[in-house]
Amino acid sequence: MRHIISLLMENEAGALSRVAGLFSARGYNIESLTVAPTEDPTLSRMTIVTSGSDSVIEQIIKQLNKLIDVVKVLDLNDGKYIERELMLVKVKATGAFREEMKRMCDIFRGRIIDVADGTFTIELTGSGHKLDAFLEGLGQTAILETVRTGASGIGRGDRILKV
Amino acid sequence: MADSAHPHQITGAEIVIRCLDQENVQYVFGYPGGAVLHIYDAIYKQDHFKHILVRHEQAAVHAADAFARATGEVGVALVTSGPGATNAITGIATAYMDSIPLVVISGQVPVPAIGLDAFQEVDMVGITRPCVKHNFLVKDVKDIASTIKKAFHIAKTGRPGPVVVDIPKDITAHKTEFIYPDTVEMRSYNPVTKGHSGQIKKAIKLLMEAKRPMVYTGGGVVLGDASEAMVKLVKALGVPVTNTLMGLGGYPSTDKQFVGMLGMHGTYEANMAMQECDVLLAVGARFDDRVIGNPNHFYSKDRTIIHVDIDPSSISKRVKVHVPIVGEVKSVLAEMNELVAAEPPQPSAALKAWWAQIDAWRGKLCLSYDKSSSLIKPQYVIEKLWEVTKGEAYVTSDVGQHQMWAAQYYKFDKPRRWINSGGLGTMGVGLPYAMGCQFADPSAQVACVTGEGSIQMNIQELSTCKQYHLPIKIILLNNRYLGMVRQWQEFFYENRYSESYMDSLPDFVKLAESYGHVGMNIEKPADVEGALSDAFAMKDRLVFMNFITDQKENVFPMIEAGKGLSEMILSQNIDAEDL
Repeated sequence: MRHIISLLMENEAGALSRVAGLFSARGYNIESLTVAPTEDPTLSRMTIVTSGSDSVIEQIIKQLNKLIDVVKVLDLNDGKYIERELMLVKVKATGAFREEMKRMCDIFRGRIIDVADGTFTIELTGSGHKLDAFLEGLGQTAILETVRTGASGIGRGDRILKV
Repeated sequence: MADSAHPHQITGAEIVIRCLDQENVQYVFGYPGGAVLHIYDAIYKQDHFKHILVRHEQAAVHAADAFARATGEVGVALVTSGPGATNAITGIATAYMDSIPLVVISGQVPVPAIGLDAFQEVDMVGITRPCVKHNFLVKDVKDIASTIKKAFHIAKTGRPGPVVVDIPKDITAHKTEFIYPDTVEMRSYNPVTKGHSGQIKKAIKLLMEAKRPMVYTGGGVVLGDASEAMVKLVKALGVPVTNTLMGLGGYPSTDKQFVGMLGMHGTYEANMAMQECDVLLAVGARFDDRVIGNPNHFYSKDRTIIHVDIDPSSISKRVKVHVPIVGEVKSVLAEMNELVAAEPPQPSAALKAWWAQIDAWRGKLCLSYDKSSSLIKPQYVIEKLWEVTKGEAYVTSDVGQHQMWAAQYYKFDKPRRWINSGGLGTMGVGLPYAMGCQFADPSAQVACVTGEGSIQMNIQELSTCKQYHLPIKIILLNNRYLGMVRQWQEFFYENRYSESYMDSLPDFVKLAESYGHVGMNIEKPADVEGALSDAFAMKDRLVFMNFITDQKENVFPMIEAGKGLSEMILSQNIDAEDL
């Protein structure tokens, strides 16, 4: 099953490689991994999307907790959570494509953030499924380039991951 | 030294020395080189600890590792950058697999040269990351003291392990004031100590009500100094107990409740009792593949498993556990002992029947071997070693058949006396391990049980032994084969002995003599005991004993890789009809 694991870790050189190394050394899947400092610059927050049986996920959580730099680990799937991913897509915007791209962007509530002679760059936020659906809707011929951040997640209501 | 403008400032190298002094380090095992020259200069000027100059960095780490295993203190090794650092890796990985507390200080190229492929540069933090508990690169002289303090704290608390501190050369020349922190505060690292009381109560209830209880203990009992508490609990419950390879000595081997080592080369009675028990208490052990074999076969019998371990990730990793207890084994066992003392168990008919079953299994005499042979049997050498040393020696081993025979036939009654590489299975540890033990306990008898393959992997340390007058006794079981490889080739590769014959062996007696030691060749069974007595009587000499043993002897019992605990192959001498 797919799990989103959030963790807080010391914002130190090499901390990311400890997490990435753990996943590769133990053969765990990584669908995506995002990391950035938090409002407290000594801490980084990481979101890892992974998949595995219950026992594998249990081991992943335990092994992450064992890393000395990791302060807290939360499996978002243990409760209610919100998940978002940001995508930038550069699309063909010539002739009939120009109107079509604008319309698709509106339907998916994206924003055109760069306009050039023959291209638009669209910004879209949502769940991974929504981004997939958008790409499918655009069609291969329209897409020139895509970049996705991977998922970020946060617990709903008073589920808070903080030191 | 302090200069006049900043009277309290000392160099990074001097800070390293002062830190080691603050940690009460007695010995540093190491080898100098360019990146650690400032530190070696500071060593020259100090008398806080003794530096032991090995002949290869791998041996420095192994010796520090054995010192830690024998004493319970943190072992310390010092190596230079680049090849010095990479030579240390096998030692670090060995300690990591067996959870041994070590601090390894490595030199690094100067900070401005890092990343430029400088002479003797290697990314030590990167290369050791998968085989350390933690590692640090120190980039400011002001951070040396706090980092070393943290390194010792991390190495010895929780589940112990090796910690690497990589220090660039320029940092060891910079100056600052020396302030050693009294305590370590780390929001990200707070290992659990006390077990959950509710779970502990539940565990004791299960053990008291069990019909076929069994206790299985590992390296955690030895490393956690919990042997005494373990004995008390097992005695009070009146239950059978087995030790893993790493756990030997955690429970006295000569006690009647001890059923021997379990696992791939464990005793018949230990493996059968593991398979057939209805309640299993596992303490400081991790159900690894060499211990319980195939987990699916293990599941084929129902049993309730209680697992006590300091490391949550060891619990339910290979085998699903019913009552997990995370905590220091010593504290958990103390709490268990209190509960048992408050309500001592009554002798039950079921337990009596269980012991009758175990005694029947014992009746197989699974460790018997041919005593009428005209060749020296390796098992016989170990039995005589046990007699001659009265069971009190530190016994180190390398890896292979001789290791298994040492584990099976030397009856360890005390913890921290059996020193071997269980997890990584590192050939070449035996001699440096013996060095570490001899430094840990200078007047003790130290025996290194080895093979002609393993001993040659760190034989250069005979020179170190001479320099520091280490009276180690090397028990070489020389069968001219990489014996365990040969055994597998005999059993599973139709006798195709691919590259397992050891040709062109040196004359070990002359070799030992050329290093300034005593060498002995022993070729007849009748000479074994006398030779051992003579060797151990030479209290101030290293004696290298070359026992020419039966080439074709195999280790039994044996569980083939991937098979289950009750699927043992026994020696041909033993009746196997009801297996």
